[in-house]
Amino acid sequence: MEKIIITVVGKDTVGIIAKVSTYLADIGVNILDISQTIVSGFFNMIMIADRADSSVDFNTCQEALDKLGEEIGVQIKCQKEEIFDMMHRI
Amino acid sequence: MININEVLETNEMIERENLDVRTITIGISLLDCMTSDLDSLNQNIYNKITTVAAKLSDTAKTIEGQYGIPIVNKRISVTPIGIVGSSACKSIDDYVSIAKTMDKAAAKVGADLIGGYSAIVSKGMTPAEETLIKSIPKALTSTTRVCSSVALASSKTGINMDAVRLMGQIILEIADLSKDRDSVDCMKLVVFCNAVDDNPFMAGAFHGVSEADAVINVGVSGPGVVKNALESVRGESFEVLCETIKKTAFKVTRVGQLVAKEASKMLDIPFGIVDLSLAPTPAIGDSVADILCEMGLEYAGAPGTTAALALLNDQVKNGGMMASSYVGGLSGAFIPVSEDQGMINAVEAGAITLEKLEAMTCVCSVGLDMIAIPGSTKATTISGVIADEMALGMVNQKTTAVRIIPVIGKDVGDTVEFGGLFGYAPIMEVNKYSCDDFINRTGRITRPVHSFKN
Repeated sequence: MEKIIITVVGKDTVGIIAKVSTYLADIGVNILDISQTIVSGFFNMIMIADRADSSVDFNTCQEALDKLGEEIGVQIKCQKEEIFDMMHRI
Repeated sequence: MININEVLETNEMIERENLDVRTITIGISLLDCMTSDLDSLNQNIYNKITTVAAKLSDTAKTIEGQYGIPIVNKRISVTPIGIVGSSACKSIDDYVSIAKTMDKAAAKVGADLIGGYSAIVSKGMTPAEETLIKSIPKALTSTTRVCSSVALASSKTGINMDAVRLMGQIILEIADLSKDRDSVDCMKLVVFCNAVDDNPFMAGAFHGVSEADAVINVGVSGPGVVKNALESVRGESFEVLCETIKKTAFKVTRVGQLVAKEASKMLDIPFGIVDLSLAPTPAIGDSVADILCEMGLEYAGAPGTTAALALLNDQVKNGGMMASSYVGGLSGAFIPVSEDQGMINAVEAGAITLEKLEAMTCVCSVGLDMIAIPGSTKATTISGVIADEMALGMVNQKTTAVRIIPVIGKDVGDTVEFGGLFGYAPIMEVNKYSCDDFINRTGRITRPVHSFKN
């Protein structure tokens, strides 16, 4: 398992989750969990996904999501899970 | 599994509260480069640094991308050149040639700064070390990335007052050589009492002789994160205050631990320590003074400041030690003046003086840092300020330091611009009474009695 955390922040609009998950399916990344919330009027979504069987490397996936974010008009970040695990779990 | 609030909290710290990895510093031993031939020595040093640190920049960039955490500086520290150059360097220019080699090697591997143009003279100076110290003005003004430090005292050896006297003159000489640039090169030199071997922060980083051949030390920082956490506990008891700082320090240090481990793996260099220092920058919200104000002080420098800083420093250590297997370096709160907007505001409001800063250094992680003083200050007065700070460190068995900038041509009321991360500073007043006869005595002050403390 090689977990990544994808964060989407921006103005809510139709099809954000659809577009992100279509791309992830295309490159063989398996979505494990999705949650979303609205913080100060902004749409916040995180996806926890496993890229162990992905057909592309981490950088390519990150750049593609970044570009996708620009197209939709939201900010998409892709980070490895360890930074959150280290900070919030003993 | 990680939940959405935890993800948002971490990203908020990075994006809004200036949480960052302040530096990845590779410590490199140059002991195996030593030879009596200057040209071969320079070649050996260049080869060793550019080989060991070859992947430094790329590694930092990869880690930044993977975890989304900014890595502000990539640095190198080397074995004190006072030792490395001792058999090859016969003159000031010989030593300066090593500084230039270090500069070139650092540029080649993309390191922002390289530290270790240093001498450890806390009890006495060898002729080689004295030559190195005398070469510091020329070395610092003819390079851009080289940083220098001199250890003048320790709790075990006492204070080398001959070296303290010499450093007063050296600091003024650097100020004079860089006077057309507001004496900025002085900020690349720091003097220490109880210098540590594994400090990743500049200007004082050097790779101590007790260290392995190469080692990764990481400095992580986030004054803004602490300040923000404290905003939610306004008016609460000291217990709640301490607990909040401790928890925040834990989270921040965990990031340092992760980055240090990753960097160590990618560079195939052993992990040394994580230094959790609250190191401010001039960016708004990235200030240690603001944390003190958030605790309930009108300005840093108000009565209660030393107590607030002592609390902060200790809780940072408490949280940090739980978070990393190897906490080291200076770990605590830095209180530089020019690099901290809250501190600059305090100076401008007349809330803080050099004397109060000196008192604060008894309980914080380092010492008098990035303080601009009038260029007309006498060398003996600078030595007097240094001697006081060394005495504090020696008696209290802690690291203390002085990084002071006499700005030639400027006086109290003026400000000086250092640029970038170094910020700007109002010129601070120095006590005008003389200490000439005290400083001009030769020899050293003996080490203190370590028990029988009253």
